[in-house]
Amino acid sequence: MADLESFRTEARAWIEANLPASLKGAGTRALTDEGSASIWGGRKVKWTNPDSKLWLERMGAKGWTAPTWPTQYGGGGLSAAEARVLDQELARAKAPPALASFGIWMLGPVLLEYASEEQKMEHLPKIVRGEIRWCQGYSEPGAGSDLAGLRTQAVDKGDHWLVNGQKIWTSYANYADWIFCLVRTDNSKKHEGISFLLFDMESAGIETRPIKLISGNSPFCETFFTDVKVPKKNLVGRLNGGWEIAKRLLQYERQNISSGGFGAGGGGYDLEHAAKDYVGVENGKLKDTDLRARITAHKMEAQAFALTVRRIAEESKSAKGPSPATSIVKYAAAKLNQDRTELLIEALGSQGLGWDGDGYTPQEIAAARGFLRAKGNSIEGGTSEVNLNVVSKRVLGLLDHQ
Amino acid sequence: MALYNEEQTLLRDSAKAWVQEKSPVAAFRKLRDSGNEDGFDRAVWREMAEMGWTGILIPEEYGGTGLGYLTLGIVLEETGRTLTASPLVSTALAAASAIVLGGSEAQKQTWLPRIAEGSIVAAFAVDEGPHHDPSAVSMRAEKHGERALLTGKKQFVAEGGSADLIVVAAQGGLYLVAGKAQGLTRQKLHSLDSRGFANLTFESVDAEPLSDVAAHVLDRARAGLAAEMLGTATQAFEITLDYLKTRTQFGQLIGTFQALQHRAAKMYTDLELTRSCVEAALMAFDKNSNDAAQLASLAKAKAGETLHLVSNEMVQMHGGIGMTDAHDAGLYLKRARVVEALYGNAAFHRDRYATLLGY
Repeated sequence: MADLESFRTEARAWIEANLPASLKGAGTRALTDEGSASIWGGRKVKWTNPDSKLWLERMGAKGWTAPTWPTQYGGGGLSAAEARVLDQELARAKAPPALASFGIWMLGPVLLEYASEEQKMEHLPKIVRGEIRWCQGYSEPGAGSDLAGLRTQAVDKGDHWLVNGQKIWTSYANYADWIFCLVRTDNSKKHEGISFLLFDMESAGIETRPIKLISGNSPFCETFFTDVKVPKKNLVGRLNGGWEIAKRLLQYERQNISSGGFGAGGGGYDLEHAAKDYVGVENGKLKDTDLRARITAHKMEAQAFALTVRRIAEESKSAKGPSPATSIVKYAAAKLNQDRTELLIEALGSQGLGWDGDGYTPQEIAAARGFLRAKGNSIEGGTSEVNLNVVSKRVLGLLDHQ
Repeated sequence: MALYNEEQTLLRDSAKAWVQEKSPVAAFRKLRDSGNEDGFDRAVWREMAEMGWTGILIPEEYGGTGLGYLTLGIVLEETGRTLTASPLVSTALAAASAIVLGGSEAQKQTWLPRIAEGSIVAAFAVDEGPHHDPSAVSMRAEKHGERALLTGKKQFVAEGGSADLIVVAAQGGLYLVAGKAQGLTRQKLHSLDSRGFANLTFESVDAEPLSDVAAHVLDRARAGLAAEMLGTATQAFEITLDYLKTRTQFGQLIGTFQALQHRAAKMYTDLELTRSCVEAALMAFDKNSNDAAQLASLAKAKAGETLHLVSNEMVQMHGGIGMTDAHDAGLYLKRARVVEALYGNAAFHRDRYATLLGY
């Protein structure tokens, strides 16, 4: 414990010395919020604030964008306990996240587990420093919930793989530098015919087309591959052994959602304060007693969720392995964010129904668009139905229908 | 579950073993069918005392172990699993908390060792109408020097029929009343759950005051009862899940039907969320956290909603057999509705939660 306290002192001093002045107190931003000012790094990054660049460079050099990764791959080499202290100190300084990254949240952990030493050395340090921005090539038009039905082909051409096919719902593919991609390398088997491939999005034959969502924004793309040549060394793990890696990566994706839920998208309103402002208060209580009851039920559920996330984290610290409660987190987080954004536009009344223009504040418009965007929460990263299947089968031991 | 220390893990294991062996649901069914007037088995109560459960909240100098609320919650969760009837919540939790928090040195010396050794049953009398409303207490307390005379009525008091000591909420605070006191009359109730509830009438009944710790005692009782409800809901769910894995229709185990699988997965989700709330509330009392009241309301509301859902689904997923008295589903359903209401239902606690948060 004494070591932890000395680490805390060291971390606090380092943050104090290195967090650029313009970012002090900027606070945490919802990383999944559309149009948020999150820093995603990569070759195509456009810096609106040079201090954000400085903050990423400093955090990346320290390895603290990926605090628990080993130092030989550019990580911080911290223990889980030290990483929690670092999180607490960053929160204390209200420091904005230096980097939002699928590389850190999803790809890095599976590379550490499955990749060759050469692959780790090539990719992990660039992820840590935010030099390469990754996207996730998973879903296809014919393979959504049934992900293993994917058909994008990678054919062995001796000195390279030749990739043809189409992905969809590729988050930020149009901004990404590299893709981690599930490809079919054996047509005779379903799950055992999938491999896990990495390639550069600047390769010839790749086209991305942003998809306009009901919220008006385009966080996802269609991604087309036409005779894309991929070096043979870019296969991660075993040939036709990609499904295991794919599932493990999904666990990290869902676990990442568990650390913060779907964030505070939708204008960053505090629900009960918005309700007070827009609905009014009588005798210290919200005027609309029915809305008050539903807001409260939601807030209690949100607190129960937060306590559960904390409990899961504490239980997985002990040597017992991951808590079975992890599997419910994605399902619960999606429902909570949908409930919150629905309640928010109800609380705002007609001011929560704006699309654009001068009749609404930007925050009000963000609330309306956040409500629309949240509909995707129970679809992306595994639908709620798929997650309930996972709980039914893997946690409760219920069998498949014959 | 929370990270238990070694002592808590041992206690959980021994409580689980004792409950499953000595106090299965069949024991409660037998108690119900016997027409037992107390609503619990005195021999079981003695065994609980011998195992030290009655003294978990009582400091060592008064004959207990002082292990705290999370520890008592571990026991209550296990007894809740099999619907074990006992005065643990009324006596070892509510009355013990009232005297530990609000008693004089003399009162502690008089009553706490007796609670710890299991030689008395105590009740906690708050409500006066059909709905939980501690702000509407109208019981009058007429001060006479160090003592007072209580006049009024109390409704639906757990263990009110058998209590040797009653902690009474009156205007101006909490009072201790001996079960044998003159002017106290009891009307034993036959409640859905076959426990020892009673309505009590006080006519100038001699009482001695405690400090006004009613709100604190209530919140502790709510959190402890929520632990019992978590156990009840967990067991009801496990019995139901087992049925989904054994009952066959259309040539299939019914647990292979996705319509039932998803409902089971949602119940599991609610149970996990409930566990987090219950443990957080109990630990908040052990640590004297500022947010203990808010967490107690959260735990009681969430446990109430979850138990409500699971007890209904238990009947539905069992189909016709779940409607029969011979099956245990009905026992779980009946107990569920009683504990949901006791010390405030989910609606009461939602309202209180909002008020505590200032809207």
